[in-house]
Amino acid sequence: MQLQGKKIIALGERDGIQGSAIAQCTASAGAEVVLEVTHCFV
Amino acid sequence: MQQMTAQPVIRGVRFFLAHTPGLVRYGSKPSRDIDREPAVVDTLQAHLRGYADAVAYPPNQAFLGAIHPDTLGSLPTPWFRHTGCGERWAPHGEIMSEEEFYGWLKIADAFNLVSLEAGFAASIRPALAAHPLCTPADLEQLGTGVSQAELDARLAGDVPDLPIFLRDGSRIGCFHAAHEVDATLAADVLLENLACKTTAVLAMRTLLAQEHIDPLAIPYVLNSGEEAVGDRYQRGGGNLAKAVAEMSGCQAATGVDIKGFCCGPLHALAVAGGLVSARVFPHVVVVGGCALSKLGMKYRGHVQHDQPILEDVLAAVAILVSGDDGASPRLRLDSLGRHTVAAGPSQKAIFQQLVSEPLQRLGLGFGDIDKYATELHNPEVTEPAGSGNVPLLNYRVIAGLAAMRKEITPAQVPDFVAAHGMPGFSPTQGHIASAVPFLGHAVDGLRCGDLQRVLLLAKGSLFLGRMTQMADGVSLLLERNG
Repeated sequence: MQLQGKKIIALGERDGIQGSAIAQCTASAGAEVVLEVTHCFV
Repeated sequence: MQQMTAQPVIRGVRFFLAHTPGLVRYGSKPSRDIDREPAVVDTLQAHLRGYADAVAYPPNQAFLGAIHPDTLGSLPTPWFRHTGCGERWAPHGEIMSEEEFYGWLKIADAFNLVSLEAGFAASIRPALAAHPLCTPADLEQLGTGVSQAELDARLAGDVPDLPIFLRDGSRIGCFHAAHEVDATLAADVLLENLACKTTAVLAMRTLLAQEHIDPLAIPYVLNSGEEAVGDRYQRGGGNLAKAVAEMSGCQAATGVDIKGFCCGPLHALAVAGGLVSARVFPHVVVVGGCALSKLGMKYRGHVQHDQPILEDVLAAVAILVSGDDGASPRLRLDSLGRHTVAAGPSQKAIFQQLVSEPLQRLGLGFGDIDKYATELHNPEVTEPAGSGNVPLLNYRVIAGLAAMRKEITPAQVPDFVAAHGMPGFSPTQGHIASAVPFLGHAVDGLRCGDLQRVLLLAKGSLFLGRMTQMADGVSLLLERNG
């Protein structure tokens, strides 16, 4: 997937992949993270 | 001055469950939905199960030590269809009915916040009097109750009280606010706090009575619950630990609250172990009361799947940390794993700090740990709501790290998970569900079973408080004594 120049909403979860991890990965691929949030579902 | 440190051990653990279907409406999620759509109450009520079914529910029986968690894997699912047989009293604690629990809520009430209807108070008195932990002073505190007319008047007041219901919808009392405008002393907040205190007290009284510990021998109590006890000038100031100590007869004790979301209890265990090791105190009790706000948190998924609302119990734990008695499992303080600020947020980074690094430090392999006790949420609660099987997710990460270290092959990951993990069985009661539900089984297995080592690990969702984006985590090793 080409992420360069894309806007990203990073929705993470505590026991899966956290929002900040998604944000770091996608930002390093050239995306712009417009929202980053992590939830706990338990 | 004595220089030698002491070896801390987990001398005893007890749990407490209260089946409180009538309080499900006051869980955070149901209460917000009811505010928007009052008919939600009827939906809830149609899906609340009875006390006998909650007692017989296999995950509750595993939580209280009547069956081992591994047994759950061989039981037909759904587990909630196992109804009608089960014991209230189990090796690690009891599950109490809502009627009796409301009585204990009144007994634990130091500020006349609870009013029970007179007929109801009279009806529960014999059961409370027969309870092995109930004293004459407790029965006096129960009182004789108030009239329905008085309840009507209170509920119609300028600062409305919160009506208290049974599962069948009958009103049996009310809960008062302690201030006209202070949101931290509102009736719903105080109900959460008093429920947390009451459940923690019942777990602690059970622990002290069954371990034959004189309450006067307890000098220090650490509360690890998440309830923010305080008023408008010091929201969350605490100190619930001392309130629990007071009501548990620990006249020589004081204490403090240690908070860390779901990993609060493990932080508290580490601190308790440190205090015992340094010979500051011979005994420290770590308690964690219930999380009433979590009742019915995933009710929508349960209703959608036409299953009972399973988040209908309040849970608490009490753990006695003492100096080495030569028999109880050792709390290895040199094993302490910490998810540090610098580690970053990925699951791999967290588990490396909580599992890989401590094992390496101790010269142990992943397979040297008989059981990993991590997030132990009951999947029958979480999966219908789309939240997945949380324990399984965590065990797969641990097994993946073992594979990365070449201790197992990728193909052996499922076998590793089955052997060193366990099915989730804990109520989704906040801090209670992380690692500590296995402690009773761990102590049994390490003291006289076939366990040699158990690693406790828990994670806390600090980001929920909006002060940091970070999570937290702690791990501790328990090992067989002698």
